[in-house]
Amino acid sequence: MTVAAEARLPLRELLTSALQGLGTSRLRAALSALGIAIGIGAMVAVVGVSASAQANLLAEIDALGTNLLTLSPGTSFLGQNEVLPPTSVPQILHQSGVLDAVAIYQLSENVYRSPYVPAAQTGGIGVDATGQDLPQVVGTSMASGHFLNAVSAGYPETVLGAQAAQILQIEHVGGHELVYIGNRWFLIVGVLEPVVLDSSLDSDAFISLPVAEKLFQTQPNASEIYVRANQNKVIPVSNLLPASADPQDPSGVSISRPSDALEARAAAKGQFTTLLLGLGAVALLVGAIGIANIMVISVLERRGEIGLRRALGATRRHIGVQFLAESALLAVLGGVAGLALGAGATDVYALTRHEPFVVPVYALVAAPAAGFAIGALAGLYPALRAARLSPTEALRA
Amino acid sequence: MSALRLTAVVKEYPGDVTALKRVSVDIPEHDQVAVVGPSGSGKTTMLTILGTLERPTDGQVEVLGHPVGPASDRELAGLRAQGIGFVFQAFHLQESMSAVDNVALGMLYGGAPLRRRREAARAALVRVGLEHRLDFRPKQLSGGERQRVAIARAVAKRPLILLADEPTGNLDSKSGGEVIELLHGLADDGATLVLITHDEQIASEFRRRLQMRDGEIVDDRRR
Repeated sequence: MTVAAEARLPLRELLTSALQGLGTSRLRAALSALGIAIGIGAMVAVVGVSASAQANLLAEIDALGTNLLTLSPGTSFLGQNEVLPPTSVPQILHQSGVLDAVAIYQLSENVYRSPYVPAAQTGGIGVDATGQDLPQVVGTSMASGHFLNAVSAGYPETVLGAQAAQILQIEHVGGHELVYIGNRWFLIVGVLEPVVLDSSLDSDAFISLPVAEKLFQTQPNASEIYVRANQNKVIPVSNLLPASADPQDPSGVSISRPSDALEARAAAKGQFTTLLLGLGAVALLVGAIGIANIMVISVLERRGEIGLRRALGATRRHIGVQFLAESALLAVLGGVAGLALGAGATDVYALTRHEPFVVPVYALVAAPAAGFAIGALAGLYPALRAARLSPTEALRA
Repeated sequence: MSALRLTAVVKEYPGDVTALKRVSVDIPEHDQVAVVGPSGSGKTTMLTILGTLERPTDGQVEVLGHPVGPASDRELAGLRAQGIGFVFQAFHLQESMSAVDNVALGMLYGGAPLRRRREAARAALVRVGLEHRLDFRPKQLSGGERQRVAIARAVAKRPLILLADEPTGNLDSKSGGEVIELLHGLADDGATLVLITHDEQIASEFRRRLQMRDGEIVDDRRR
């Protein structure tokens, strides 16, 4: 008779025998898989929670619109500050693809609760003159009261940004709160909600341009112009804006898109915390040691089986692969359980924070794959021990 | 042609233990041999060397015409998978598997697909008289039945060599007698049988009897 080549065990047989092997001590197998499950669960939760937070921020940005453009006078070739011409806003409004535009004109005045407040205590609140469309264009609404309107054009009325109201300790507008701006009392008619797309507006107080021109001799040169473009034409509109704003000197106009910065911030928020991932890795390491430990014990306990299999014709390799498959299967099951655990934790977090539930797709593959790799690694030494066991010694045990 | 041949085989274990001292024996095909001797006389060591589970310290071993010395671990495993069936005193059945699957496990390393192995396993269990116990777990079987499952596992692949190490050691005399009868019957189908026993009564029913003492064959007689 001729000696046959080593039989290759089909994967199905290998898995069946691995399951049977694990079945001999179910509780122990479950406990050691739990170690892997906790480690992988922690990592999935970290990734999931940060992805959910990111998705939430992106959704918020989407709701505010990514079609807001901001124009400001740049610095000239010689380093001098440029000035936007007074005709900028009407010209921009004529440009096709522009939905709305509003300018703010910075004043060199300060806001005080009363004339008795020392002049140096400005609270950092700036004063801007602006048009009636500002809230719509920058994407915010009123926290209280109303914005500047046709009436405000003739009277000393002001609206506070969210942070400015906080600094001045004005919670809501009752109709008779006054502030002192440039030697004059102004009636506060409204307080704005925070402006997510441009938070610099939050610490300002707004008055109407006609009032500013009359009382403070403000020049009608915009210090910033907010433009809402047609969502599908944002790029072409932004390319043409400088020429519309200042046909004489388009290069003196700088344009930015505030949502870009926010999206970058969202991306940064999506970067999971390295420290937390590290903690998950430590849990995984402990889990791996647990599996190695269990497998060493299993090899000792199942010496009889190892001897029998050798007598039945198993090579050292067959035995090694069998134990390796067992520990890999154990860890893969742990990985899948961990995925469920982490996804569950993310779901709870997302629900309580009213954020969308997001677990990155790669986690679906990475969690079991990581389990497989850890199991194979942890099972290496026990499998080698099993393979090296002398069959007769094993049978005697 | 000889099925098994030992030539001046020495087996030493660490700690200056010599289990076999230059043992030579030739067992032709279809022979049925009983090995008797006191504990520690080297019976089991000789059986494991005949079964290629261990290599000798010195001397030549030939199994089915293949010299064991130069063979690799894989080649010897292949030889065991195809040509040698073992029966142990302690049965070595897998508690988590049914009788059929235990017997099918005996052919796992021969490379046959599971369906075919199960078929052969059922046939083997019928041959040992356990057709009514196919799906029983070892725990649900009596000692004699368990040993018959183990025998079915050894013979299902129709090996040329059947090696049994005190198969009746854990059985009462009635089921022990049945097991020996079964082994004789199966060996009559064409296998070479080597069986270790303490029981002179059993040994006397064999064509050939090897008496061992202190690692040597001191008597070799045919009936």
